[in-house]
Amino acid sequence: MTSAVQARDVPAGRRLSWRRSRQLSGYLFVLPTLAYVAFFFVIPIVLVAWMSAHVCQLLTCTISNAGALNLPDNYGSVTDSDLFWPAVRFTIVYTVLATTLLVGIGLGLALLVQTPGRWVGFLRTSFLIPCALGLTTASLLFWGVYSGAIGPFGFVLDWLNSVGTQLGLVTQTSQVSFLGSPNTALVSTTVLVVWKFAGFYMIILLVGLQSIPREMYEAAAIDGATRWQTFRRITLPLLRPSIALSLILCITGSLLAFDQFYILTKGGPDNTTVTVVQLIYREAFTLGKMGIGAAVSIFVLVGLLVLNAVQFRGLRGSAAD
Amino acid sequence: MRSGGLSRTPGYVLTGGLAILFLFPIIWSAVASVSPSAGSNQVFGYGFGNYVTLVDFGAGLPTYVWNSAVVSILTVTFVLATSLIGGYAFAKFSFPGKNILFLTTLAILMVPYATLLIPLYLMHNFARTLPVIGQIASMNLVWLALVLGVFQLPFATFMMRISFESVPGELEEAALVDGSGSFGVFRRILLPSVRPGIITVGLFAFLAAWNEFLAPLILINSSTEQPLPLALVNLRQQTMGAVDFGSTEAGVVVMAIPCLILFLLLQRHYVQGFMSGAIKG
Repeated sequence: MTSAVQARDVPAGRRLSWRRSRQLSGYLFVLPTLAYVAFFFVIPIVLVAWMSAHVCQLLTCTISNAGALNLPDNYGSVTDSDLFWPAVRFTIVYTVLATTLLVGIGLGLALLVQTPGRWVGFLRTSFLIPCALGLTTASLLFWGVYSGAIGPFGFVLDWLNSVGTQLGLVTQTSQVSFLGSPNTALVSTTVLVVWKFAGFYMIILLVGLQSIPREMYEAAAIDGATRWQTFRRITLPLLRPSIALSLILCITGSLLAFDQFYILTKGGPDNTTVTVVQLIYREAFTLGKMGIGAAVSIFVLVGLLVLNAVQFRGLRGSAAD
Repeated sequence: MRSGGLSRTPGYVLTGGLAILFLFPIIWSAVASVSPSAGSNQVFGYGFGNYVTLVDFGAGLPTYVWNSAVVSILTVTFVLATSLIGGYAFAKFSFPGKNILFLTTLAILMVPYATLLIPLYLMHNFARTLPVIGQIASMNLVWLALVLGVFQLPFATFMMRISFESVPGELEEAALVDGSGSFGVFRRILLPSVRPGIITVGLFAFLAAWNEFLAPLILINSSTEQPLPLALVNLRQQTMGAVDFGSTEAGVVVMAIPCLILFLLLQRHYVQGFMSGAIKG
């Protein structure tokens, strides 16, 4: 990281003052970043650790008075909560499902739109458009799509329910719906997420695909490799860094899922779709136990750090190939 | 896809079908927002009844749109101002502590939203009681924009750093020899060269702030200061009995329009900015 400016020849006597002034300008330019990161990131991180050690009730907790020290109990009550382990399990199941589908479909789309052209341009735009919408907007949109009242698939539900009733599989109280049972709620929410984010992963993987030298493909063609062999032996190995990046982004994003479940399922039915971030929100702001909410979020933070460390090691390993 | 004669038509049908799959929900929501539905303000025939509901609910649609616009523009301003000069410093200067600060900024990405929002809620309450800072912190939308900005900072700083790094050193050198100061070089030489990066960062920050839900849910208590997404979710929840799906979809359209326009206008720059190496390897 030596820029051309530093490397140029400067008379020996002036060199020091030149460097000094460059350093000072550097500090000056970076000052807003420093202040921003210090006040809105470093201090909050220290504070959340502090809060996680105290009772800290929503209505009474202040920075100067966070309530009594409640150290082992705050963390103890995290895992005591009936919702904690189910939420952890659900979040992991959702993450595995969403990540597999998103990276797989993203790769498929990227392969489809590799070669530029007018039609491919239209396809790229179509796949990318859902990314422009916010997750809240997309969730509210699909809340309508999934509703029996105005959703475009209402007739499918009606048909399934009438057939199901005749076969005795469905009763008045157990009607088939997109968000009504734990499994359909999970699948329906995942479909929304795939629709919303597939284009984003398509772009990441497309960048990776386009950085593979053409000669590799030409050499493979000369050797008489089939399409599948080319994909298996050239595309996939050379795409590993992009796939690893997609995996890291997708896993982290999915583990922190909140909006889509808050809006589509509200954690239901019967708290079967509560994610860990919903649990944090619930403890800290619905139940008003900020100390416990802070403790849960420290759990999530540590879990994520460990996971990211492992993943970065994997990424570095694959980049060295 | 090879351009063989036979494989073309099925290819078009298949990919066209996929494109429709992705476009369908958006088109459906636009149609649904003007279609008749029970329990809404648009029971018979097609029309804009649902939009009338939307304009009148709570503090009124204009208030919520205004709140969202203020938060989004402030967020973009904070993020761009910080990351532009910050990215310049990281790319072109060397000073002790540079790498630590850069890595700390990137580390924001690894921290869950909710983990930061809990202490930021407490800090907001505290900041409001302080003498001078209290004036700013009491403007809840400004505080919200500062909070949203920090989540954009890692991407923005990273993006601006590599944008500045890709500007050839000779340009800068020539200007320095001609007697320009660091800031002059920055303004006249570098700023025009990093435009795709600026657009990408700005677009990202705008879309993120315009669409953010969790942060205002936690930080904004007053119903007149809610940004649009929060207000819409509340609109949906407040309707007891018959749920008003129609006006919710009208809200979806209002939320989506600025995002779609910006996206289509800036798509080329944005994809270019991405492709120019932001995420290579």
